[in-house]
Amino acid sequence: MTPLNPMLGQYSELFMLLAAGTYTVALIAFAWDLAKSSATLKAIDERAARQQQQSRQLVGAGAPVPAQESGNGAITADPSMRYAAERRVPARVAVALTVLAAVIHGAGVVTRGIAAGRVPWGNMYEFLTTGAWLVAVVFLLVLLRRDLRFIGTFVVALVIIMLVAASVAYWTPVGHLVPALQSYWLVIHVSIAVLSSALFTLTFAMSVLQLIQSRRESKLRGGGEDKLAFMSLVPNALSLENLSYRINTIAFVGWTFTLMFGAIWAEKAWGRFWGWDTKEVWTFVIWVVYAGYLHARATRGWTGTRAAWLSIVGYLCVVFNFTIVNQYFNGLHSYSGL
Amino acid sequence: MSETVKKPRGTKAQDQDIAVPVLGPVGMLRWAWTQLTSMRTALLLLLLLAVAAVPGSLFPQRPANPAVVTQYIKNNPLTGPWLDRFQLFDVYASYWFSAIYLLLFISLIGCIIPRVRAHYKALRTAPPRTPRRISRLPQYGTLVIPAGEGVTASSALEDAAGVLRKRRYRVETRDADGERPHLGAETGYLREVGNLVFHSSLVGVLVSVALGGLFGYSGQRTIVEGETFVNTLVGYDQFSPGTNFQSAWLSPYSVRLDKFEVRYDRESVKQFGQPIDFTAHVTTKDGPDAAPQQETLKVNDPLEIGGTGLYLVGNGYAPVITVRDGNGNVALQGPVPSIPTDGVYTSTVVLKVPDAKPDQLGFVGFFLPSAQLNEQGVAFSADPDPLKPQLNLNSYYGDLGLDSGAPQNVYSLDVKNLKQLNGRDLPAKGIVLDAGQTYKLPDGKGSITFDGLKRFIAVDVRHNPGQVPALVFALVAVAGLVTSLYVGRRRAWVRTGTADDGRVMVEYGLLARGEDHGLAKETAKIRRALQDGWGLNTGPGDPPGGSSSAADNGKNVAGPDSGAARNGKESS
Repeated sequence: MTPLNPMLGQYSELFMLLAAGTYTVALIAFAWDLAKSSATLKAIDERAARQQQQSRQLVGAGAPVPAQESGNGAITADPSMRYAAERRVPARVAVALTVLAAVIHGAGVVTRGIAAGRVPWGNMYEFLTTGAWLVAVVFLLVLLRRDLRFIGTFVVALVIIMLVAASVAYWTPVGHLVPALQSYWLVIHVSIAVLSSALFTLTFAMSVLQLIQSRRESKLRGGGEDKLAFMSLVPNALSLENLSYRINTIAFVGWTFTLMFGAIWAEKAWGRFWGWDTKEVWTFVIWVVYAGYLHARATRGWTGTRAAWLSIVGYLCVVFNFTIVNQYFNGLHSYSGL
Repeated sequence: MSETVKKPRGTKAQDQDIAVPVLGPVGMLRWAWTQLTSMRTALLLLLLLAVAAVPGSLFPQRPANPAVVTQYIKNNPLTGPWLDRFQLFDVYASYWFSAIYLLLFISLIGCIIPRVRAHYKALRTAPPRTPRRISRLPQYGTLVIPAGEGVTASSALEDAAGVLRKRRYRVETRDADGERPHLGAETGYLREVGNLVFHSSLVGVLVSVALGGLFGYSGQRTIVEGETFVNTLVGYDQFSPGTNFQSAWLSPYSVRLDKFEVRYDRESVKQFGQPIDFTAHVTTKDGPDAAPQQETLKVNDPLEIGGTGLYLVGNGYAPVITVRDGNGNVALQGPVPSIPTDGVYTSTVVLKVPDAKPDQLGFVGFFLPSAQLNEQGVAFSADPDPLKPQLNLNSYYGDLGLDSGAPQNVYSLDVKNLKQLNGRDLPAKGIVLDAGQTYKLPDGKGSITFDGLKRFIAVDVRHNPGQVPALVFALVAVAGLVTSLYVGRRRAWVRTGTADDGRVMVEYGLLARGEDHGLAKETAKIRRALQDGWGLNTGPGDPPGGSSSAADNGKNVAGPDSGAARNGKESS
């Protein structure tokens, strides 16, 4: 067993602190971006108006008309979630700061692992810090392909909450693993679980926005007053639903692997692959809820809002499984270390 | 799952009537079957299953912790029996939980079978006919081949068929020599195959689990250093056979515990004294006459022997004790496993000496590996390592009640009919023994000696014939799941024709069956391949996707049969 390196462990905690601080500044920038949304929207409207003019000219030339609902009546952002031409300075600053924070955060995670001489996910503190890092990284990776900056406030706030909870409620100094956790399955099973949870975090945020947006859309359709103007930065409910479905399918496959690898590990450690241990029960419940979500998407009357609720309930189960089940329920997973 | 869009067959004829139709018993059954195998029912059963699984984590469960359940019922005399009546202490074997998952699986099977049949038919049917207006498909585009290239309408269609075949479409050309030749193509049949394989494999997993319950067994045993466990019924402390298991199937191997080593964390401050390694050195023999083998058994690293797995699930100290009775004879001699209750191995000890004469003797108390006294003068263990091993015992004499034949827990002593000899409140006080010491019991009842210390391990022995099939089915299920989620089931149509000026006009369109976010990309690839084949350049005004549909938001279900596409989605 590699000896511990408490010194490096302290550096790791310093990195976590620095990362949390940087995320906080990024959060402020994201919030500023939302607050400034009226100016951004004006720019979008102007561009749309220009485009409409152009396309009107082009219509004469026989080119297709972009079918996008925009112009003065723009109530939602571009459903393709591609980057638009507008310079959103606060959003750019926010993303840059998030990248910086994620780099520092990553250094914290890596040094923690080196200090303990093993993978940095052996107790609640480490699950949270590593999990928060993955949430940030997954978010940034998705940003490469799609303009999801509208959920930046939400995601970064969640990362900060996770980091603060880790440091305040679950702080544990660098230590060795108890024999029950000394297995390569810890590397496989837990990493996939944390990664899937990070993806579920993103889809949770998108499902919440989908519900808000869909209410807003139907209200505006009914001629109501727009009380949530900043939601214009968010794409329409249908495109949110479709993207979160795509991410959820990946996360669901990941969760299936979590369940299976957990079962294989349980067989190695306890002699049976399934025993309805509390943690197993909840992992199963989560799997079934998301399976229900996938089915709901293919069932008439269950798409849209109901599917979004299932996705939200699924994520609440994930959170419950991680916090309450780990701490207050007695089970074989209780040694997860607080 | 099959869809609810279809009306139950039994009511088809009565649709025109206003009066409520009489279904009759067969019709009722048919109606019930249609309801059960409908997607909505399956979804509700699925959600119900999730909800039904939850109580099993809220209440103690008998299979895992029978003692905790008994205690719970004792502590909650009002609610406990009611919870028990509704089987909330054995949720996963309860009638209601079983009912839910059995209904779910029946619904599943009732859905798989017709879909297998339908897909088998689809696999043998030619791709669908070309819609009259391809332009209404969600993905649509046109290409124009200039005259004089030697391309005719039918050769252009052949080229398009080649492109699609290369992209693994099944292609059928129609009216090849007609005025407007056209083709229909379909790909992604694997999506439905994956879907069906996934759901069938779930049934396989369930059957495998049942197989394990029928023909497997599990047993527990504690082995003290120096002891040998022989895999026979009498060798077990506890044995739970599967319903159809026969003890003759036990393979007569033996395992001797030579030495058990424990290492504790001495580096970390907060986790000081936490175990970081358990290693059992054992000598195994596959049968009575087999050659002995040296092996190690660790947590997460079970021993595979005789078709079973041997799992290290617990350990503790077994103080070696000698008890002499009132007549001066040795009434008990040997290691006594004690049950650890905390991280520093404060362990409970129960000692029954039925052979003691003239009175039977009983001892209850603690074993402390590193005994120290706190401010109140109460002994506690300061460390899990045996730095100062000590026994703290109360003693009793009288009839232990073992002769009546009623089964007793070896780890608890019923003192109701016994008279106490030693105890904190008695003049003789409690017995405190360090290693090597002897204590003489009051009133000449005998003596007790703490001779030394050994460790013991608790092992689970398991045999589960359903394990490997369950794993295989699970792996196949995942493969099916991934296929059904990421393979796109797509249909493509191409129609060609020759204009008056000799140019060849090509129009094409694509439609996805089910969720498919890659349809636009696929269309673009096909367009590129067609252009390359005909040597056409991408000119200005040529949209990159070659598609007229601007709103690509991942759901390409608009089109001629958009309603059917939305509801006829493949995922189940």
